[in-house]
Amino acid sequence: MTKKFAKEVSIAVAEAVAQCKVDVISAYPITPQTHIVEHLAELVNNGELDAEYIPVESEHAAMSACIGAAATGARTFTSTSAQGLLLMYETLFIASGMRLPIVMALVNRSVSAPISIWNDHSDVMSMRDAGWIHFFAENGQQAVDLIYHAYKVAEKTLLPVAVNIDGFILSHVVEPVTFLDQNLLDKYLPPLKIKYKLDPKNPITIGAIGVPEIYTEAKKAQDEALKASYKIILQAWKDFEKLTGRKYLPVETYQMEDAEVAIVIMGSLAENAMNAVDILRAKGKKVGVVRIRLWRPFPTKDFLKAIGKVKTLCVVDRAVSHGATGGPVGIEVRSALYQSNKRPRVLNLIAGLSGRDVTKEDFVEIFEKTFETLTKKPTTPYEIYGVKE
Amino acid sequence: MRPELKNFKGFTLKNLPEYEGFAQGHRACQGCGTVLPLRLALKALGPNTIAVTSTGCMEIVSSPFPYTSWNVPWIHVAFENSATVASGIEAAIKALKRKGKLKSKEKINVVVFAGDGATFDIGLQWLSGALERGHDFVYICLDNEAYMNTGVQRSGATPFGAHTTTSPAGKIIKGQTTWKKNLMGIVIAHNIPYAATANPAFPIDLMNKVKKAALVNGPAFIHVYATCPTGWGTKSEDSLLTAKLAVETRVFPLYEVIDGKYIINRKVDKPKPVEEYLKIQRRFRHLTPEQIAYIQERVNQEYEKLLKLAESFGETQTEQKDE
Amino acid sequence: MPKDQGLISWKELAPGMYILEPGNSKKFKTGDWRAFRPVLDKDKCIKCGMCYILCPDICYQQDQDGFFICNLFYCKGCGICAANCPKKAITMVLEEE
Ligand SMILES: Cc1ncc(C[n+]2csc(CCOP(=O)(O)OP(=O)(O)O)c2C)c(N)n1
Ligand code: SF4
Ligand code: SF4
Ligand code: SF4
Ligand SMILES: [Mg+2]
Repeated sequence: MTKKFAKEVSIAVAEAVAQCKVDVISAYPITPQTHIVEHLAELVNNGELDAEYIPVESEHAAMSACIGAAATGARTFTSTSAQGLLLMYETLFIASGMRLPIVMALVNRSVSAPISIWNDHSDVMSMRDAGWIHFFAENGQQAVDLIYHAYKVAEKTLLPVAVNIDGFILSHVVEPVTFLDQNLLDKYLPPLKIKYKLDPKNPITIGAIGVPEIYTEAKKAQDEALKASYKIILQAWKDFEKLTGRKYLPVETYQMEDAEVAIVIMGSLAENAMNAVDILRAKGKKVGVVRIRLWRPFPTKDFLKAIGKVKTLCVVDRAVSHGATGGPVGIEVRSALYQSNKRPRVLNLIAGLSGRDVTKEDFVEIFEKTFETLTKKPTTPYEIYGVKE
Repeated sequence: MRPELKNFKGFTLKNLPEYEGFAQGHRACQGCGTVLPLRLALKALGPNTIAVTSTGCMEIVSSPFPYTSWNVPWIHVAFENSATVASGIEAAIKALKRKGKLKSKEKINVVVFAGDGATFDIGLQWLSGALERGHDFVYICLDNEAYMNTGVQRSGATPFGAHTTTSPAGKIIKGQTTWKKNLMGIVIAHNIPYAATANPAFPIDLMNKVKKAALVNGPAFIHVYATCPTGWGTKSEDSLLTAKLAVETRVFPLYEVIDGKYIINRKVDKPKPVEEYLKIQRRFRHLTPEQIAYIQERVNQEYEKLLKLAESFGETQTEQKDE
Repeated sequence: MPKDQGLISWKELAPGMYILEPGNSKKFKTGDWRAFRPVLDKDKCIKCGMCYILCPDICYQQDQDGFFICNLFYCKGCGICAANCPKKAITMVLEEE
């Protein structure tokens, strides 16, 4: 039943979206997202996907059209990267504030200037406070599965979901993937039924003014919804595991049982980090990797459990938070630790900007650097790894 | 004649629909001539309508939580993108109907209400995209000739010479230095099936145009002259007098463009001098005789251009009998 | 009846702060903005409906006799109806306390 296909990940993602029977797709091309939206256009124009494809004139418009369509009760999809995401920025907050279950494949790319088409996480980090649920994929199979989960979760929580896929190093590689059998998927993801939508039979008002007397309550309600999404996400993953045997957790670990030091990372570079663990474990070093699959809402409890009894955590960030006390993940991790009694040392490295390779050998070196902190405290709150002095 | 319009008989004062899509208790200023055309448009469209509104006066006056003045389903997303939000709604209706998930035999009108700032300036790209893609919707620009909601700043629609808070009548520079952007020209260049100008002082004409715009398949655009006593410095009771004078002086001619054919709805053969129009508005009170002469000349020229367009690509004028 | 602003718990809000009751602003009184009140002279009125169609505040409703009667709960006293009545049947009168 579960046949494996060798597919470019972008194509596989587009096919997963089509399997989810979206009603409206609205997107604007930008490297490295292009193959996803091109393939969807092809599916629509070949009659293989019954959807309206709106070839909008900008990313701001792409999200605006998704907002209109989702508010009318349609299942929607968009995809973008970097500059496109930034152009969309205003509407990201509106999508979540209006509780619209929009799904976006965010093919991560660095943000200009300098202009760069290559991969890091500076685009997604700019929207970390926008009220979206965020998944991070490490490989093609996860990218496909997380699209299915995204719709399931978005429509149960009434929150928009972004599936983060590293540009090029994941989006453009050919990987073996299996697709969920359509009948099973249809059961997993029933047709979208939304209670409150733009419908002349039951006229409602969306986007009223949040006067000072109500804005706080509106934000509280939205925040609680995002927190409550955690349980819904876990359930969606449990249900999926029953169907496929593939297990998803908010925070996944690799060789963490007895690890003394660990790398914390999100996205596809985790695979290189895990390869480095294998090399070091062969030499008897107690190292492990903590991979954050669910970035928003941040799974603090799972994270604290996942780190076990490590003495030092090395958080590898893929974005700079200019003027802050660390990279975005580093800041999050330190804040999470403060909510427990655990006090491992934290080394925060910013690495792999704009597609600069971080190989398994680099990760071996990073682990070695991390070991040094066992005896010597890091001297700076964060550092940019691999920069040429 | 478009087949969609064949059976439309038109409204008259005697056969107005009772239905109101906009409710009382809205917070527009006394004598607001921007909310009036909004009300009339919704009356013409009827309940089977979904409305989108750009940030601006009409959004503010109609939706301070927990109150809404909208009797139709309504969404406000942002300042610039209403045309695209409408694109999404229209596409959703299409897809959901085709897939049997939306069972509505009647056509659902999708209508946008946006100010001049939202349309002429910040939202022009979104509007252009939506018109070019051919969505079946009606875009109504309520042009009160400045950014009223934020305190009367100039826009690309502000007329020459007008004082606004960002084109003040100063000692050296006296008001707006540019001529009003030719938005209708830009819209018509998209070759949409229906475009028209309208004015609340001619309410039946306005309602008929809105209805036609909704009946036509594809994008339709209505440029509505909308008065704002607060921003223009006119007496509230003069709101519609100003509007009427705008037509009678040829400042704002009433016409339609159906499939590229120009129809001047109200030929103004004996125009009143523009000065009559200018002098009842405080925003023009600083104008010098030279500025007034320039405006008069430019208004004449623009009207001549329109006449030529109507001669070259026109149909004979249809007379109005209702008002 | 919408509760007064400030009295709604976040738990009672519809998702997205949607307003579920259409046109509920009709519960909001705007009549107290008024300085002048329109007064109809039924002898002059020809029941043409111009006042009804031109009122920005949707104040006029036709009574059983066909006259258009202004609802003072909403009337802001702008004077548009009076200014545009073809028979000058409406006069604006100063409101007294
Ligand atoms: C992106 C963005 N820029 C600026 C604003 C501030 N703003 C809100 S409404 C408005 C002016 C509205 O003018 P117009 O479209 O003419 O509508 P009016 O209020 O005059 O009816 C401005 C500048 C905004 N809301 N969003
Ligand atoms: S400022 Fe002008 S447009 Fe806005 S509500 Fe008042 S009169 Fe109407
Ligand atoms: S406009 Fe004047 S004449 Fe016409 S119905 Fe109103 S009050 Fe009567
Ligand atoms: S005075 Fe103005 S608000 Fe009052 S009824 Fe007349 S037109 Fe309406
Ligand atoms: Mg304006």
